[in-house]
Amino acid sequence: MNDNMNDNILEIRDLVVEYRTDEAIIHAVNGVNLVVKRGETLGLVGETGAGKTTIAKSILRILPTPPSKICGGEIVFDGEDLMQKSESAMRKIRGEKIAMIFQDPMTALNPIERIGAQISEAIAQHNKIKRYEAENRASDMLEMVGIPMERYNEYPHQFSGGMKQRVVIAMALACNPTLLIADEPTTALDVTIQAQVLEIMQSLKERLGTSVIMITHDLGVVANCCSSVAVIYAGEIVEYGSAVQVFDFPTHPYTIGLFGSLPKLNSTEPRLKPITGLMPDPANLPTGCSFYERCPDAKEQCSGSKPAMVEIEAGHFVKCFRDGGGE
Amino acid sequence: MAALLEVNNLKKYFKNPGGTLHAVEDVSFTLDYGKTLGVVGESGCGKTTLGRTIIHLIEKTEGTITFEGKDISDPSPKELRQLREEMQIIFQDPYSSLNPRMSVSEAIMEPLRVQGKLSKAEIRAEVRKLMDTVGLAERFENAYPHELDGGRRQRIGVARALALNPKFIVCDEPVSALDVSIQAQIINLMLDLQEALGLAYMFVTHDLSVVKYISDDIMVMYLGNMVEKSPSDELFSHPLHPYTKALLSAIPVPDVHNQPDRIIMQGELTSPINPKPGCRFMARCQYASPECEEPQELVEHSPGHFVACCHYKELLPQQ
Repeated sequence: MNDNMNDNILEIRDLVVEYRTDEAIIHAVNGVNLVVKRGETLGLVGETGAGKTTIAKSILRILPTPPSKICGGEIVFDGEDLMQKSESAMRKIRGEKIAMIFQDPMTALNPIERIGAQISEAIAQHNKIKRYEAENRASDMLEMVGIPMERYNEYPHQFSGGMKQRVVIAMALACNPTLLIADEPTTALDVTIQAQVLEIMQSLKERLGTSVIMITHDLGVVANCCSSVAVIYAGEIVEYGSAVQVFDFPTHPYTIGLFGSLPKLNSTEPRLKPITGLMPDPANLPTGCSFYERCPDAKEQCSGSKPAMVEIEAGHFVKCFRDGGGE
Repeated sequence: MAALLEVNNLKKYFKNPGGTLHAVEDVSFTLDYGKTLGVVGESGCGKTTLGRTIIHLIEKTEGTITFEGKDISDPSPKELRQLREEMQIIFQDPYSSLNPRMSVSEAIMEPLRVQGKLSKAEIRAEVRKLMDTVGLAERFENAYPHELDGGRRQRIGVARALALNPKFIVCDEPVSALDVSIQAQIINLMLDLQEALGLAYMFVTHDLSVVKYISDDIMVMYLGNMVEKSPSDELFSHPLHPYTKALLSAIPVPDVHNQPDRIIMQGELTSPINPKPGCRFMARCQYASPECEEPQELVEHSPGHFVACCHYKELLPQQ
């Protein structure tokens, strides 16, 4: 995963995040390494509780502390380690350089402020421009996501779910960020509206040259818009590669299980092949491979120690003993 | 043998300050013993209302419902109580559909207790059996919903629905709130139960790949109207209605090489309050013409395949 520095807009190295409560320490992210190349869309796939959103919020340093604690690792954005930045420097980066789209458009907007004002606020915050200039930019952004200017002065409750999500996208892209983190941007939407929103995101990304981290649990969305994929399980990346590599040759037993769980449109099999059991409790992770208990190929070795990440072909990494993770 | 369930011209309107909301408009279908009817459509298309109206959780406005050859359109309270044993529902959200103050066994026991036909000991034995059927370990008997994950909670929902040995279950998006690996476990469980107990399902969902997997017949709804109904495979291989085509093309396909050519629909659902008599999909349809302002007839294109679109013949692929 170590390419030339300048090709990578974001590098996460050995990130460890914990949530500390009175009862337990919850190991949400356990040594994650990730690279986002300039201009690409990286899909971060995993189930509820796998640590996807925690990674996203760590990048922006918006995790509530306490209970969360970033225990180690580096997050290098455009050549600079975000972990070392002061809070005021981070404020400059959030929204301007790195923007985020949150999962639920119904709760991401302020219900008592007009949507035009909410978009221009972000623009005015990061640019020394006059108010009317910020407002002009905001209404341009609205047009760009396909919302007529006449609706500039309306409130969020006057919009449908898909339109609210477009407002959120307009807000996120208003300052032309270098990196966009989209946390399940279409999960709350109908498939037809999802198709609309994904198409808008795709065309804006191409126009503005933004790099994107697409967080999702839907492999269909990943196939639609991502060039590389990281599969995350219990706070660890278990498989990473280009979309073609991961979709054509899924290698980690968990990735294979995810594909088996999906009802396929052209399949004639009478039953799905789900993964048995549940994800381990992040407060009480096993010492060995965290997928050990659910893995159909588990060997004795797997319960004792953790496999290492191995490159099975150029750019395709897997964390499993079966593929040589013990050497 | 007659069909298990026959629904004719069912309508459900809600009175609103702004006018009458036509949630379900003139829906008819039949469902055979042991079969599954999938109902798909976007949020707000009336699919949940349809399911709830059929099992009398809400009262219909017009139309008839026949169950096992008996007219149950307007049941007396006594008949309704009997009906509840025959028709059940699994709700969408396993987080809000369970009473947080009832333990697992209490929740599953509740329908049996209300029915009042079994002794306490028999009920306890029945609960054990149900928990075993849906794959809940005995150690969860005294657990409360907040201690369980979504998949296990939904198993409680399934057990509650099965408790009185129904013949027909309305499944209202039973897997939408679950992760894919857990979703697959629940779908397999439901298929196994159908095989073992001969249940008929009405499976309401917005997830088209799930519905294809589980259904014998599929009904596509748009703003309260049934726009197309067909055997499952036929619908996916030969969709006729422009809305069905757009809906099918929007399914995210987990394959990097074969992404479908998507038909991106413009706009969103129009309001179901005081709708015009014509085709309700007209505003978003690329083939819309003046004829679409007339009420649309449901036409049988091939055996069992119905469509309500005046343009569907022109849109058939050229032979």
